Amino acid sequence: MNIDVQSVTKNFGSFKALNDVSLKIQSGELLALLGPSGSGKTTLLRIIAGLEWPDSGAVRFDGQDALSLSVKERDVGFVFQHYALFRHMNVFDNIAFGLRVRPRRERKPESFIKNKVEQLLELVQIGSLADRYPSQLSGGQRQRVALARALAIEPRVLLLDEPFGALDAKVRKDLRRWLRNLHNELHVTSILVTHDQEEALEVSDRVVVMGNGKIEQVGSPSEVYDNPASAFVHDFIGESVALPIKVDGSLVRIGGRNIGLDTQGVAQGDARLFVRPHDIEIGQLGDNALEGEVLAVRRFGPTHRVDVSVPIDGGKATIEAAVPAGHEPKIGERVGLIPERYRVFAA
Amino acid sequence: MSIATEADVTDFVPETTATTVHVATGTPRPVRTEPAPVRWAIIGIALAFLSIFIVLPLVTVFQQAFARGWDVYAAAITDPDALHAIKLTLTAAVIAVVLNVVFGLVMAWAVAKFEFKGKSFLITLIDLPFSVSPVVAGLIFVLLFGAQGFFGSWFIDHDIKIIFALPGIVLATVFVTFPFVARELIPLMQEQGTAEEEAAISLGASGWSTFFRVTLPNVKWALLYGVLLCNARAMGEFGAVSVVSGHVRGETNTMPLHIEILYNEYQFSASFAVASLLAFLALVTLVLKTVLENRLSETRR
Repeated sequence: MNIDVQSVTKNFGSFKALNDVSLKIQSGELLALLGPSGSGKTTLLRIIAGLEWPDSGAVRFDGQDALSLSVKERDVGFVFQHYALFRHMNVFDNIAFGLRVRPRRERKPESFIKNKVEQLLELVQIGSLADRYPSQLSGGQRQRVALARALAIEPRVLLLDEPFGALDAKVRKDLRRWLRNLHNELHVTSILVTHDQEEALEVSDRVVVMGNGKIEQVGSPSEVYDNPASAFVHDFIGESVALPIKVDGSLVRIGGRNIGLDTQGVAQGDARLFVRPHDIEIGQLGDNALEGEVLAVRRFGPTHRVDVSVPIDGGKATIEAAVPAGHEPKIGERVGLIPERYRVFAA
Repeated sequence: MSIATEADVTDFVPETTATTVHVATGTPRPVRTEPAPVRWAIIGIALAFLSIFIVLPLVTVFQQAFARGWDVYAAAITDPDALHAIKLTLTAAVIAVVLNVVFGLVMAWAVAKFEFKGKSFLITLIDLPFSVSPVVAGLIFVLLFGAQGFFGSWFIDHDIKIIFALPGIVLATVFVTFPFVARELIPLMQEQGTAEEEAAISLGASGWSTFFRVTLPNVKWALLYGVLLCNARAMGEFGAVSVVSGHVRGETNTMPLHIEILYNEYQFSASFAVASLLAFLALVTLVLKTVLENRLSETRR
């Protein structure tokens, strides 16, 4: 099922949670809503689910108006941040819940429900835990139960709110591979909300980066990483070094000095330069180049991290460069810095 | 009585010695244990206090009730006025409990699951019956529904009796016992939040089915606990009921009022016989309360 979100706005008091957000979600894709807390991603998910209503705008499921439908009519499977398993029911009853609360004429016989729940228990690989209560399960197991419970009603869309947020790093990694494989198997349209970029980039087909109630960029994981559309996205995704610069005609100046970079079409005035640490090379001192003094050198996995102090307008900034082992400069040395790839955004 | 107190003390002695023996086999002098005389003094004071203020009165009630033998006891309890008082008390308590379960659930639901203006004022208001003297509570209803009261003439015109009748007694009892159910439910429901209800609704459950399958089971032990306290208070309530009942024998006398009348008429044995029923009820309540508290702490874990 494809979902069409059109100019949705939502305020909580004076706080703008969503500001004119439009988004198209293709049938069968796994989409990640990525952003810092307060960016509106969970609100958008809850509006799609029908747990929250927008102040204005429209949500369409396969072209049909979804806002006129209640939660139970929308056929959505929602996996809650802290799972929200029914604590007084065992795993089996939790998963069977959605099938058992159907209106009498739609309800399947108990034997069908039993079969279905057993299939789901197999699918999420927790067949042996059917009789356990939520309090007797680990975080990863609860997550699987929550997913099985949401899938039991054969939803048209699966919505996951920070599904791995409460798990430890190792389990999180395993579960996210597993979720990706599960999605390849089931092909149900899925939307995942996360503040963890690694999670979003690894699992999803497309990433929607959100900030301050707006969509900053929509694209494949590599597009979002390699071609950030805004300063916000560049800053939020991956490591970034940001420097205040001045665009002067066709020149880029830092602290009044031309550093020989392209303005990338940014207009005259204050701007910001973004570079990833591993895109900075340490080179010779030169006339039209960025230069500074090495403050510290740290070993960091296969590379060295070099802190270089660079004079900027009204002070100094510290730039972190990633240098392959064996090429690192000495502390106190003056070096030139060459950004191999960089982006200039208007301030 | 003195025998009972002695028996109580000897009951505790083996337990204390057992602990000392157990400790002695472990470390020779445990750090956190006070010297023996201090220990004995503390335990002694606690036991003495408990004996004088709790055990002694309780024993006295039963002792006085049976002072003139089983026949007098049975006669006092099977007296038609006493039977009527018991019936009235049970009726009022049952109605009060049912009403308070409904009100308590609605109130707790409103406070715990919704955000609205004046919420903290509402929570404060729930506690009002705790801070108002029961006599005042009774008077409020007399002023509202009595013959000279605010709605009095309307009720007289329609031949409805509220004051000096069952409705008045129920009203007073409901007022006095109102906080018990709501107070138990509110903190638990606030702690549990709304996620499970949202989950149920997203899985296609209707409002009713969410309430009966998710909300109610999650609070059932707290609800029973509230019902128990509410019931105990409803049966024992004296002040508020005394004001609205009018003390008509065999008609508007509840058990506590009946006990007072018997006592004022120097029928001590009969008065204590009925009192022993209330005391017995208190003991049953105590046992149930302990059981429920255990279940509650399990569900909260």
